[in-house]
Amino acid sequence: MAAPVIRVDSLTKRFGNVVAVDDVSFTVAGGQTVGLLGGNGAGKTTTIGMLLGLVLPTSGTITVLGEDMGRHSHRVLPFMNFSSPYVDLPQRLTVRENLTVYGHLYGLDDLAGRIRGMARDFELDSFLDRPTSKLSAGQRTRVALAKALLNQPRLLLLDEPTASMDPDTADVMRGYLEDYQRRSDATILLASHNMLEVERLCAQVVMLKAGRMVDQGAPSALIARYGRRTLEEVFLDIARDRTRPTAEAAQ
Amino acid sequence: MTRAVALSLRRIGAMVLRHYYLMRGSWPRLLDLIYWPTLQMCLWGFITMFFQTHSNWLAQAAGVLISAVLLWDVMFRGQISLFLSFLEEIWSRNLGHLFVSPLRPSELVVAMLLVSLIRTLIGVGGAAILAVLLFEVSVFDMGLPLVAFFVNLIVMGWSLGLVVSGLVLRYGQGAESLAWAAIFLVQPVSGVYYPISILPDWLRAIAGALPSAHVFEGMRAVIIDNTFRADLLFNAIALNVVYVAAGVFIFLAIVRHARVHGQILQIGE
Repeated sequence: MAAPVIRVDSLTKRFGNVVAVDDVSFTVAGGQTVGLLGGNGAGKTTTIGMLLGLVLPTSGTITVLGEDMGRHSHRVLPFMNFSSPYVDLPQRLTVRENLTVYGHLYGLDDLAGRIRGMARDFELDSFLDRPTSKLSAGQRTRVALAKALLNQPRLLLLDEPTASMDPDTADVMRGYLEDYQRRSDATILLASHNMLEVERLCAQVVMLKAGRMVDQGAPSALIARYGRRTLEEVFLDIARDRTRPTAEAAQ
Repeated sequence: MTRAVALSLRRIGAMVLRHYYLMRGSWPRLLDLIYWPTLQMCLWGFITMFFQTHSNWLAQAAGVLISAVLLWDVMFRGQISLFLSFLEEIWSRNLGHLFVSPLRPSELVVAMLLVSLIRTLIGVGGAAILAVLLFEVSVFDMGLPLVAFFVNLIVMGWSLGLVVSGLVLRYGQGAESLAWAAIFLVQPVSGVYYPISILPDWLRAIAGALPSAHVFEGMRAVIIDNTFRADLLFNAIALNVVYVAAGVFIFLAIVRHARVHGQILQIGE
C-alpha cells in the first residue's frame, strides 16, 4: 500500500493559553481530495499553515510526500502550492508579472507557455496585463488559483478556493479542480464552508471543532452515520453539539 | 547536502524581477529613488558654496560636505531600500505566498540586498553625477577608497535594514515609524559632517563601535589630507562583519519567531 501523501501525528498548536489545534492526527492518501471542515476558529487555517510550514507546531509531526516538514520542508515545497484568502499577490504587479515571478520561484520551464495555458484554463486572457489591484474579487480568486496550480503541484492546499466567485465561475473552477485531480493524480486538501462544494469534490472529510478532530470519513458515510440528508446538516449537528453519531443512526 | 543549503540564483533573480516590475510600473517609486539624494546634494552644495566664501576651513575642504551627503545617502538608501523591499511584501500580504514557495529565507535576504544595491546605485549614482555637473565636486576623485567606503556604508545600512525589517515582522506595522527613525539615531554619532573628535568622550566611545564613523573619518582623511587610512578601513570592515552577521541572525530568528507565533499569515492585515 502506498504511503500517504500527508501524515499528521498528534499535532498540537498553542498560542499562549489558547489551544488552536489539539492533538490532531489524520492521513491523506495520494490522489484524493479531502475536506477540512469546521466552524470559525476550529483550527483549519492553523492546520493548513502547519502543513505548509508557515506555522511551526508546538508538538506532533507532519510528514508530507514522505518528508518531515519540520526538518525538510524545502524538499517538498516545490511540489506543493496553496491558495488562501489570508494572502494576496502583489497588487501593483500585473497578473502576467505575478505568474512570471512565481514561475521563476518554482523553477518552471517554458514559463511563457505555462502562463498561456493557465490564462486559457482560468479565462485570464482579457486581464493578463492588468494590475492585480484592478481585478474584481472573483477575478483575483481565479488568479490565486492559477498561481496555486502554476507548478502543477502534487499536493494542493486550498483555503476557501471559490470564495468571492459567482456560482457559474465557482462551478467551472470546481470542474477544473476535479479534472486536474483526475489528470495529475494530485492530492488536494480543501478547507471550505461550502458544504455542497465539499460533497462534490471530497472523497474524505476531516471534521474539526475547537481545535480537536471530532470525526472523519466519506461525506456519504458521515451523512449516514449522523442520520442526516446533507453534509450541511451534519456540520450543524457537530457545530451545535446537537447529536452524537449512534449505531442506530448509522443503520 | 550541499544542494540542500545552496542558494538558487533563479529564485533570487525572481525576487529581483518582482521589484523591477514594481518599480517599472510606479513612477512615484522611481522618482523617490533619485529625489532625496538629489535634493540633499543640492542643499548641501549650495551651503558649501556659501561657506567657501566665508570660511577658510571649508574653502580648503571644498567637497567634504557634498561627499559626506552622498556617502551618508549610501547608508541611508541601503537601509531604506532593503526595508522598503520587505515592506512591499507585507503591504501586499505576499509573505505567505513567498514562504510556502521554494524561496528560502536566506534567498529572500540575498534578493533584498541585491534590490537595495541596485536602488542605491541608481539613486546615489545619479546624484553623484549631478554633483559633478552642478558644483564640480566629484566623489569619484576619491578613487578606490570610494569603493571601500561605499561597500562598508551599504553593508552597515543593510544590517540596520535587516534588523528594522525584523522589528516590523515581530511587532507589526506599528513599528514602521521606529524603523524609519532608526538610521537617524546613528547619524549624529557617525561624524558625517564633522570629525568625531568634537563629540563628548562617551559619545566618541559609541562612535568607535560604528563602522560608519570610521568610514567618514577615512573620507575626510582622503579629501582633506590626501591620506588613505587603512586602519580606519580595517576597523570598519571588522565591525561590519559583526553587524551584518548580527543583522542576518536577528532577521532569520524573527522569521522563525513569526512561524512559531503564526504571524506570517496575519501580517499586513
